[in-house]
Amino acid sequence: MIAEIGLAALWLAAGLCLLQFISGAIGARGDEQGPVSALVRPAAIVQALLLVVSFVCLLWVFAVTDLSVALVAANSHADKPLVYRISGAWGNHEGSMLLWVTILGLCSALIASLERRMDARFVKTALAAQGFVALGFFAFLLLSSNPFARLNPPAEFGAGLNPLLQDIGLALHPPTLYVGYVGLSVAFSFVVAGLVTRQAGPELARAMRPWVLAAWISLTLGIAAGSYWAYYELGWGGWWFWDPVENASLMPWLAATALLHSIGVLAARDALRTWTIMLGVVAFSMSMVGTFLVRSGILTSVHAFAVDPERGAFILGLLTIYIGGAFALFALRAGALAEGKRFVALSREGALVFNNVMLSAILAVVLLGTLYPLLSEALGTRVSIGPPYYNPVTAVFAVPMLLVLAVGPLLRWRRDRISRIAAPLVLIGVVLAASVIAVVAFSGAGVLPTIGLALAVTLAVASWLPLMGRNPRRVPLALWGSMLAHFGVAVSLAGMASESAFSTERLVAVRSGDTVEVGPFKATLGAVEPVAGPNWTALEARIAITGGGVDTVLRPQSRTFTDPPQNTSEAALLTRWNGQLYAILGDAAGEGRWQLRLWWKPFVTLIWYGGVLIALGGLLALLGHLRSGVRRSRIGEAIAQRRADRESEAAA
Amino acid sequence: MKRLWLILPLALFGLFIGLAAYQMTQPKDEFVRSTMIGKPLPAFDLPGETEDAPRLTSQMFADGKPRLLNVWATWCVPCIAEAPQLDALAKRGVPIVGVAIRDEPEAIAQFLDQYGNPYTAIARDDIAELQLALGSSGVPETFVIDGKGVIRYQHIGDIRADNIDEIYAEWEKAK
Repeated sequence: MIAEIGLAALWLAAGLCLLQFISGAIGARGDEQGPVSALVRPAAIVQALLLVVSFVCLLWVFAVTDLSVALVAANSHADKPLVYRISGAWGNHEGSMLLWVTILGLCSALIASLERRMDARFVKTALAAQGFVALGFFAFLLLSSNPFARLNPPAEFGAGLNPLLQDIGLALHPPTLYVGYVGLSVAFSFVVAGLVTRQAGPELARAMRPWVLAAWISLTLGIAAGSYWAYYELGWGGWWFWDPVENASLMPWLAATALLHSIGVLAARDALRTWTIMLGVVAFSMSMVGTFLVRSGILTSVHAFAVDPERGAFILGLLTIYIGGAFALFALRAGALAEGKRFVALSREGALVFNNVMLSAILAVVLLGTLYPLLSEALGTRVSIGPPYYNPVTAVFAVPMLLVLAVGPLLRWRRDRISRIAAPLVLIGVVLAASVIAVVAFSGAGVLPTIGLALAVTLAVASWLPLMGRNPRRVPLALWGSMLAHFGVAVSLAGMASESAFSTERLVAVRSGDTVEVGPFKATLGAVEPVAGPNWTALEARIAITGGGVDTVLRPQSRTFTDPPQNTSEAALLTRWNGQLYAILGDAAGEGRWQLRLWWKPFVTLIWYGGVLIALGGLLALLGHLRSGVRRSRIGEAIAQRRADRESEAAA
Repeated sequence: MKRLWLILPLALFGLFIGLAAYQMTQPKDEFVRSTMIGKPLPAFDLPGETEDAPRLTSQMFADGKPRLLNVWATWCVPCIAEAPQLDALAKRGVPIVGVAIRDEPEAIAQFLDQYGNPYTAIARDDIAELQLALGSSGVPETFVIDGKGVIRYQHIGDIRADNIDEIYAEWEKAK
């Protein structure tokens, strides 16, 4: 019954989505406010409610493990802990698509109920675009991926959730990323509406900014969480593999970061109109391209998603319609947009343009690397692209970008003089030189890590320099946000550079009682014994860690899950303020010996702390902009009120 | 000029769609084949089965005799399953050179003791250098090397009973 309610709600929502699209499209055509076009806002809101009902139904059938629902039988098992039974609802293709549509619907409802900054025609057009995007996914769900399909007769046992996904980090990772992807769809709809209604000024930028910021925060958190998950759950000791699936989440982030900064220029200075519009389309297209690459199985990835060429074709079709359509609209209309204000190179705009060009270049590098195997395969040769390509080539663009990032926020809008910021420039130069010398003298790290460490230190200092000459209590919240986010970049960069420069690795086969040295620690293998969990059994090693001021026991496990049968390696981590000790239990090596893999990774945790700081900075900026938006509209209302009062007085 | 620039994103996007659509219609291989097939063995110089055994080099393969090169390890369970098939091939007169990945002399001796020794010689590849150079992505894998030292064929995974004839035929072909 619950599943039928869910399906019915989904169909009704799809109908309302069609209504939203049609009435929005009618509203987009002109100024006349016909009865049909008035339906667009209510249609969006009710649609969102129905989608929530549908999604809750899906959560319900997963929570109670209703095995007569095919999706539950294929992806869940009654023996799993409740949290993973529920997260199993979106740990599969159909459920995650429903989640996607639900978030999309919620965004439409939010636009419909909250967006007052733009005129009615713009909002209707944006909602029509939003509805059009959603319609494709509705079709996808209802025609080829019905999450509520029944199984007759019901299955006796569920097949279970991939054990690698039975992890709290990964339970939360997809929803976070989806909020990001879908948030970018709002930016996309706004941009399309801007092209249709020929509005591409500061108002559009201000209306887009909270959405892009929210999406960007989610993407940042999602990528950080995904990277940490890969780090401890896959047991390979690395935190980023330049895998197509990882790149699929990085590319929208890069585009969104560029978009965020160009929106800043458009909102403050009414410049970069065409560029911002294009980035709006690019950002969403990157999330669609990412989804396509991941789901179609067109690229070989370590992340074994359930792939299906038919679904791939469907997504490719949607991609062609939406993104192709938007770029066609861009080609037709963008030329007619007014150019926007001019500025000189040495200005805040100039620095932000540089940031945008570098970010776009990095995006192009990652996109090319991800697609290159596809391209070369079409030409008959097989290659795989890895860190030897990505690391140096992205660095070529990232290093200048980070250098400009140290200086850019100090510049004034429109035009500036070097002499005005001479003092902070000297300070930045001195810190940079000193940190390069210090790193070279004391560590002997490679070229890239050396540059990374020196830049991290410089940026950590430079990110707070905009405070100079200001009263900290009068600094706007959004500026605090940007400084914090830039500081987060420095922290994260320090972690990456330190991990690659100073990690030590030991791969050994040892007997119980043997001692291995790794970093500042001594690791002694104790007993290796079987342990049992709710739906797994495991061999657990006890490794006594001493030295470096520690005396503790690490318990890495080699787990065997029953439903579905699969082995996973559970790393044991010892987190210290100055790094992490990472231990993996491998296979039995014969004669009572066990393979152990131990890493000491100094300051590796900074990578993810930095990610969290970046997201926090985004949150502060979001709050700051929302508050100033509210204040601005209040002032506007007050002025309008006073004018009306004065007019009525004059009339009297 | 400006108009042309505005069409650029659409053109690039069209290129991507075309490429993706083309690749979607192509059959997908299940295994990643080595690109080394048809190329000479990568140069190597590895220690032998024990500390005293002579070292093995890539030059030894260019003596006119085709051989099998079997990438394996004592810690690999499918390699145990493969042992009888390798024995059968050895009995049919196929010389097999083993490359033991990340292994130790005692473990190798024990393994051969327990599961039989089909090898004419074994090289120890302690850091998987030869394996990587061969483009082999796992253990076990078996390559057919012709008398000039050129890689002719790659079998991925353990050799099952019904693969024996096929591999024997490939070895014959390499003569």
